[in-house]
Amino acid sequence: MTRRLLLLALLLAGNRAQAQDTTKAVDRGVRIGLTYEPGIRPSIVVLPARGLDSAKSILARDLDYSDRFEVVSVPPGDSVATTLSLPGGGARVTPQSTTPNYGLYRAFGADYGVELVGPEPVVTVRLHDLAASLVRQEEKFTLPAPNAPGFRMAVHRISDQVVRWITGTPGIAASRILFVSNKRVHRVDSDGVDLQPLTGETEEALSPAWSPDGSKMVYTQFNAGRGALVVLTLATGQRATVPGTTADLNITPVFSPDGKNLAFARSNEEGTDIFTFNVGDWCCPLRLTVGRFADNLSPTYAPDGRRIAFVSTRAGLPQIYVMDNDGADQELFAPFDYGVTGSSNAPEWSPDGAMVVFHREVSKVLQLFLLEVAGRRVRQLTSTGRNEDATWAPDGRHLAFVSDRSGRRQLWVIDTESGRIRQLTTTGIARLPAWSRRLQ
Amino acid sequence: MSLSFRSLLVAAVAAVAACGGKQPPEQPAPAPAPTAQPDDQAARDKARADSIEAARRAQAERDKAAADAAAKAAALKASLMQDLTAMIHFDFDKSDIKTDDESNLNRKAAILASNSAVHVRVAGHCDERGSDEYNLALGNRRAASAKRYLVGKGVDGSRIETVSFGEERPIDPGHDETAWAKNRRDEFDLTSGVDNLVAPR
Repeated sequence: MTRRLLLLALLLAGNRAQAQDTTKAVDRGVRIGLTYEPGIRPSIVVLPARGLDSAKSILARDLDYSDRFEVVSVPPGDSVATTLSLPGGGARVTPQSTTPNYGLYRAFGADYGVELVGPEPVVTVRLHDLAASLVRQEEKFTLPAPNAPGFRMAVHRISDQVVRWITGTPGIAASRILFVSNKRVHRVDSDGVDLQPLTGETEEALSPAWSPDGSKMVYTQFNAGRGALVVLTLATGQRATVPGTTADLNITPVFSPDGKNLAFARSNEEGTDIFTFNVGDWCCPLRLTVGRFADNLSPTYAPDGRRIAFVSTRAGLPQIYVMDNDGADQELFAPFDYGVTGSSNAPEWSPDGAMVVFHREVSKVLQLFLLEVAGRRVRQLTSTGRNEDATWAPDGRHLAFVSDRSGRRQLWVIDTESGRIRQLTTTGIARLPAWSRRLQ
Repeated sequence: MSLSFRSLLVAAVAAVAACGGKQPPEQPAPAPAPTAQPDDQAARDKARADSIEAARRAQAERDKAAADAAAKAAALKASLMQDLTAMIHFDFDKSDIKTDDESNLNRKAAILASNSAVHVRVAGHCDERGSDEYNLALGNRRAASAKRYLVGKGVDGSRIETVSFGEERPIDPGHDETAWAKNRRDEFDLTSGVDNLVAPR
């Protein structure tokens, strides 16, 4: 049975290889070292991992979601490389070979093979360069049992390390996304699994944001038209209400990149303006904007913490502006045509500082846009359905956002380089996502 | 006979008054004179019955008048409350008061001027078309806009508080312009001083 599946797989893999472009095929033939070329996605296969099926499937999906590889599937069942099946399903002999059948996997169309060797709690991870027929990287990881709390994150970290071995940049699997659903903040792993509510059923939460180290979140605790800012320590569940935020409607909080300050907007009869609060010293609110008849909100820090992009209605409709972190030097950031361009909102500065994502109304529908910071050029990213409230993945390449393209508002992830899109959440209504940095 | 009828009536009315107007007289009329004739007795009985009936009618009229007055007062209060809490509406992404809503707000200002104990909470709301977070600021601006108008009409600003619900509380869950138009609104809640509303002069 296994042999028959393998044969089928080989035939399929043959077709697959023919479908790939010729440049890549040539590259594969002449490669002498470990290379990664953006734009050409190497193919990768996760080798069957005895006793580690759960980790293997998470790893394979993470690598797929990294959008940096073609992940080649291998038929389910016994290891094609290291396992011999006796006819009739009798006892198995499993020699602990560390040299997979490279030729076989090359026939699957794979450039790289990832091998997990257990058992838990210490798993050896090997990256095989199939063209060169050798092991490029090997590292031991601590992996809890599949039902233990840290299991999925531990696998995600393995995935991110594999991505780093091949591309030089770690992946984004070991990260989580906060979002609001049914008035509660939830968190979910980057692969859409392990959904958990973080705020209570009796409160109404809005606009969650991560602390840079992932240990805390801040959100608006909405209460009958007003809203306080609450800092929640995730490990302990400890909550602290930011002083001075219970009287008005305090919205759109974010942490500064050093984690020492909050920036947020306060709405009251004077309008909506941006303030900061020192969470390190737990004091010293500072007002950054004086809007008078214009609103200022949705602050987002540049990764160096020196500049803040924000939304202002000073020209009428909301548009994207930028200022120093003390409120100085306020100026237009994302160009627009007065009287023509629709409302622009919800900016978020990318982790590498190069881009600001925001959404803008186009023909009465919100669409995602990217502002290239250096050139101050704007380009539209989406056009299917309504797309809004985007948040950057740690790699500054992927975005999670809210889209109604499936019929109701759900979270989706887009790879801004390939344009590939996947749905992250599937139940209820999901909105206001915030992607963490890489979680340790 | 007419004399005795009148005296009976007086007695009956007095009794009604003495009883707080609640019940017809329970006590018998003054004892008839020993020399009374049988005809006189019948006449006295009739007069007594008539007086009781008259008192009942008078009471019913007073009750009706009181009920009418109460109903009128309740109707006035309801009308004043309705005028004070009537919503106003906004164009998409706008917070300026529409001309159509000025009479609504002028009426509120007039009622508030005559009822200085009344305090109002204005809540701004938005439709789902705009951005979720921006709508909180827009709702805030809509509430502040109504407050500014009322203060401009002489209402003490300390009597008006403003809050914003953004798009968090649609009154029409639909996803079309009809629903959105209803949802772009200010709501007015009376937070105190509604017990003795009087009509504006």
